[in-house]
Amino acid sequence: MSTLVPAVDVESRASAPPRPAPRSKISGHLFTGLSTGFAWLALAVLLGILVALAVASWPAIETFGIGFLFSAEWNPPAERFGAVIPIYGTVVTSLIALIIAVPVSFGIALFLTELSPAWLRRPLGTAIELLAAIPSIVFGMWGLLVFVPIFAEVQPLLAATLGQIPLIGTLFTGPPMGIGLLCAGIILAIMIIPYIAAVMRDVFEVTPAMLKESAYGLGCTTWEVSWRVVLPYTKTGVIGGIMLGLGRALGETMAVTFVIGNTNFLNSASLFLPGNSITSALANEFGEAGPGLHTAALMELGLILFLITMVVLLLSKLLLMRLAASEGGR
Amino acid sequence: MNAHTPIPAGEAQIAFRNFNFFYGDFHALKNIHFEIARSKVTAFIGPSGCGKSTLLRTINRMYDLYPHQRAEGEILLDGQNLLDPRMDVAALRARVGMVFQKPTPFPMSIYDNIAFGVGLHERLSRADLDDRVEWALRKAALWDEVKDKLKQSGMSLSGGQQQRLCIARGIAVKPKVVLLDEPTSALDPIATARIEELIDELKDDFTIVIVTHNMQQAARISDYTAYMYLGELIEFGLTDQLFVNPRQKATEDYITGRFG
Amino acid sequence: MDLHRRRKLVNRLALGLSMGAMAFGLTWLIWILWTVLDLGVGALSLSLFTEMTPPPGADTGGLLNAIVGSLILVGLGTAIGSPVGILAGIYLAEFGRSNWLGRITRFVNDLLLSAPSIVIGLFVYATVVATTGRFSGWAGALALALLVLPVVIRTTENMLMLVPNSLREAAFALGAPRHVVILRVTLRAARSGVVTGVLLAVARIAGETAPLLFTALSNQFWSLSLNEPMANLPVTIFKFAMSPFQDWQRLAWAGVLLISLGVLGLNILARILFRAEKLS
Repeated sequence: MSTLVPAVDVESRASAPPRPAPRSKISGHLFTGLSTGFAWLALAVLLGILVALAVASWPAIETFGIGFLFSAEWNPPAERFGAVIPIYGTVVTSLIALIIAVPVSFGIALFLTELSPAWLRRPLGTAIELLAAIPSIVFGMWGLLVFVPIFAEVQPLLAATLGQIPLIGTLFTGPPMGIGLLCAGIILAIMIIPYIAAVMRDVFEVTPAMLKESAYGLGCTTWEVSWRVVLPYTKTGVIGGIMLGLGRALGETMAVTFVIGNTNFLNSASLFLPGNSITSALANEFGEAGPGLHTAALMELGLILFLITMVVLLLSKLLLMRLAASEGGR
Repeated sequence: MNAHTPIPAGEAQIAFRNFNFFYGDFHALKNIHFEIARSKVTAFIGPSGCGKSTLLRTINRMYDLYPHQRAEGEILLDGQNLLDPRMDVAALRARVGMVFQKPTPFPMSIYDNIAFGVGLHERLSRADLDDRVEWALRKAALWDEVKDKLKQSGMSLSGGQQQRLCIARGIAVKPKVVLLDEPTSALDPIATARIEELIDELKDDFTIVIVTHNMQQAARISDYTAYMYLGELIEFGLTDQLFVNPRQKATEDYITGRFG
Repeated sequence: MDLHRRRKLVNRLALGLSMGAMAFGLTWLIWILWTVLDLGVGALSLSLFTEMTPPPGADTGGLLNAIVGSLILVGLGTAIGSPVGILAGIYLAEFGRSNWLGRITRFVNDLLLSAPSIVIGLFVYATVVATTGRFSGWAGALALALLVLPVVIRTTENMLMLVPNSLREAAFALGAPRHVVILRVTLRAARSGVVTGVLLAVARIAGETAPLLFTALSNQFWSLSLNEPMANLPVTIFKFAMSPFQDWQRLAWAGVLLISLGVLGLNILARILFRAEKLS
């Protein structure tokens, strides 16, 4: 072998290892620096949002203090502001959306993974995923112009049935105007069903076939396999999907603003009444708000909304960590 | 085929009669015709793809889960044709338990893993259920290892323990037949030895059918052996006889390791 | 036997409900799509693409300025947000897999992903609009870029993580420096996934209304200046749909149809691209 390679060549190679050209070295540093810098940027953006919103809402924080969170008065002419009604609207519409969307999404995911004929699975699954992509303004506009008039006809029916149940009955009383908290919650539900259903379907699909067969092998019905084996097995993914949907619902602007009614008065538990959410208050009032306390109060609402979504995300992460820890061997 | 030694008359728990099986258009099992003896261990051996797992999975109609898979002929369980469309599959699976290649503990506690299957078919009082769980865990030789941590997740056990938990889960329903689909293929040699011991003890109470790719295992634990190749049952008979004195050239080639 | 019958009944009931859920979900969605198609197509006309948004009461008018404005804002937002996002995603997958900056950035990115888009709008208002003293196209583009950023960071990181380590090692074994390995080997292997992520981000911002309300605002007239308020489809739709004027509502339906088609088209394109790559 060695005779085939001139000795001189070997030596020259050994003595002069290939060194990266200076230009390549500079671009290497530049590249590393840029990507590291942009990773920092994400952090900077988050801190920037928090700081900017806190500074912009400082006049309101200074004036109203912690009382901002507990006052239901929202009176721009008198410059007195409290966040109770928008926070209530945001929380209630999101809860309504979850109450409707979670069971429906579970049903859809169950259908797509266990019941659907094989040839329908792909098209239906793709349809659900594509629907998650439709902009929320479409839902809002459809809600206001198409759904609300029909829903106003349905509301007396709800009042006559659900409204008669003790305890929760008061939720379904009041004038049937179509728009209102319940309507906003329903539109939100329609909007987040595809998100939750798609996640649930994905996690159900990766459940090992052998685990399902084991349950069938004991004599389980399809429902028992899904409810008692697949769902517990996939619970972290399912919770993640629900939290994704909740995050969407809390922060959604357009689907809500069109149909919630935009009033800052609320004196009954009825879900038929119009109300306001944080996002709809911002969308409707920010443009007309004069500088000063009104703008600052709206900024503070935005800050509160961001903090709420952050807390929801943190709690879901904590929950998932605890689940993972208690699972042990998994 | 005359390469089959029939089991003694009156001993049959399961009987395949002119049985054929298809995956879509593919003819996976061809004219299977033999009987499996009560309270004995019967092993299915053969090279991969020969249909031994497919055959096993027909006994509890697991193939029902998948479209395009269908069976023809008869499989008699205690004289009753289990391919009958009117057959209640859930009730059938209470009579035929199954354990898989890999341990499949359910995502619940050790206790609930056992109680889950029992609760599907019987309503027991709390005390009776406790007794049943203990009985099954003792039968599966797992009781001493887990009796102090019944509330822990079944997934926290070692692989061998998980597999014994799955066996306990299967027998807690008190089936007549237990199907084992390569139950030791994911286990280390020590855990495998424990499972093999267990199988030997269980055959007093249950008819056991085991698929194995490991011929030594079949020779060690089974009373009868079925050798399959390309979807056909080539030879069936007493294990000692089949391994020592095979009647078919193909069987001999396989067990002596000349192919497969 | 009683127990068996009850279990079967429960099973049938549950599976029936599951089918009902599927039908329930599909009904709404078909209803919405049908309305958009029906009313949107009915409102389509050539003048949509040749005339400006009309004042109230005028019986002519189109969406030209809004369409062009939307294209500019979305294009600019993507052009700013995606390179930054791709580089930050590269950092997470290639440099910061387990160091503290990587962990923090990953976590922060999750927070940004879940941040309501209207909050991003408020942020850009407070930092850009309030300091420059005017609504502007730049502010709108910046708000959209901030929405693109976390989506692209996430998909880029995920796609790079899918590239097998053996590929990186093979490139390093040839003596290639790190940035060459990343740019010429790893990133190239994950190319279609990264592009898919960018397309999905574009689809997401194309329909966003809330962040533009306080930044680009809207503009009834033709203007290409990024220092002026800029017309765009979503805000125009919002304004027109909420109005009592029939003509404005017709234009809003047409706009909604255009946006929906655009967003669905982008999603389908992203899918085809991703699937084609996976098959090859």
